[in-house]
Amino acid sequence: MTIAVNPTQTGEPLFYLADEHPHPEGYSTSLGFWIYLMSDCLIFAILFATFGVLGGNYAAGPAPKDLFDLNLVAVNTSMLLLSSITYGFAMLTMQQNKVAQTQIWLAITGLFGAAFIGIELTEFAHMIHEGATPQRSAFLSAFFTLVGTHGLHVSCGLIWLVTLMVQVGKFGLIEANRRRLMCLSMFWHFLDVVWIGVFTFVYLLGVLR
Amino acid sequence: MSTDTHAAGAHDHHHDDGHAHSTFSGYMLGFVLSVVLTAIPFWLVMSGALPSKQITALVIMAFAVVQIVVHMIYFLHMNTKSENGWSMMALIFTIVMVVIALSGSLWVMSHLNSNMMPIHQMSGMK
Repeated sequence: MTIAVNPTQTGEPLFYLADEHPHPEGYSTSLGFWIYLMSDCLIFAILFATFGVLGGNYAAGPAPKDLFDLNLVAVNTSMLLLSSITYGFAMLTMQQNKVAQTQIWLAITGLFGAAFIGIELTEFAHMIHEGATPQRSAFLSAFFTLVGTHGLHVSCGLIWLVTLMVQVGKFGLIEANRRRLMCLSMFWHFLDVVWIGVFTFVYLLGVLR
Repeated sequence: MSTDTHAAGAHDHHHDDGHAHSTFSGYMLGFVLSVVLTAIPFWLVMSGALPSKQITALVIMAFAVVQIVVHMIYFLHMNTKSENGWSMMALIFTIVMVVIALSGSLWVMSHLNSNMMPIHQMSGMK
């Protein structure tokens, strides 16, 4: 790469390379998306910190031991874990250019994700029915904010998944769709990583407390 | 998995810049590891197999850290070379920020908690 000779010949210093070479479309997408995920990670870190500070303030209300059903949480965790591996299979079949199989694995991933959201909403509804609403205590406010934000992310991931299935159905596994599927893959696996923190620090340590 | 065909090879060359190639065995290994690393903490808490709560808490936190690393490697395909190391750079920066935010908040707030005198005790003091 050579620095272009200053065309005006006035001897002013050059602060940039004159030949801006073009980049292929989407070449920086995965790094950019990774940086987005890292910023999302900071959101969750702050919500975890809030839960860590407020998690013991029950205000004479229900404690984790009274509220959480670990069997249900275990089922929920396995739903998310299974959806992770089926998304992995979708990525593998995408690499082999098998459109129909990719779509099937994406659909299975979506079903596991929907099951996760369904179980979580059932749990929330049950808790609220028992009077354990976000307004009840600082612990419950922090709990609903943290777990709800994660659930909201998974719901957005589901909408994105369906959108991409329509895209792949319409245009096939073109370059842009491959890139999008790769971003969703990172997003989906990232949410699974956050859930490891949730089930460990909120549910297991909560019941242990 | 196999990228023998000419077209797929060319595609990989110009787009998959530094991304580790996912394989079936890689995903399966990651999945089996994460199932084991999830099942053990749940079992420990639900059965109360360990004698003290402190030990159980430390063990399940250790399992969580290991499982996060497993997910990073096998599902998110993190390595030091992807994007010329910038992914790892961003990750390390984020981990530093997360550790400061978490440990700082918990430390400061627990000190505040223990140093603030509850109102009902204060009224008894003359």
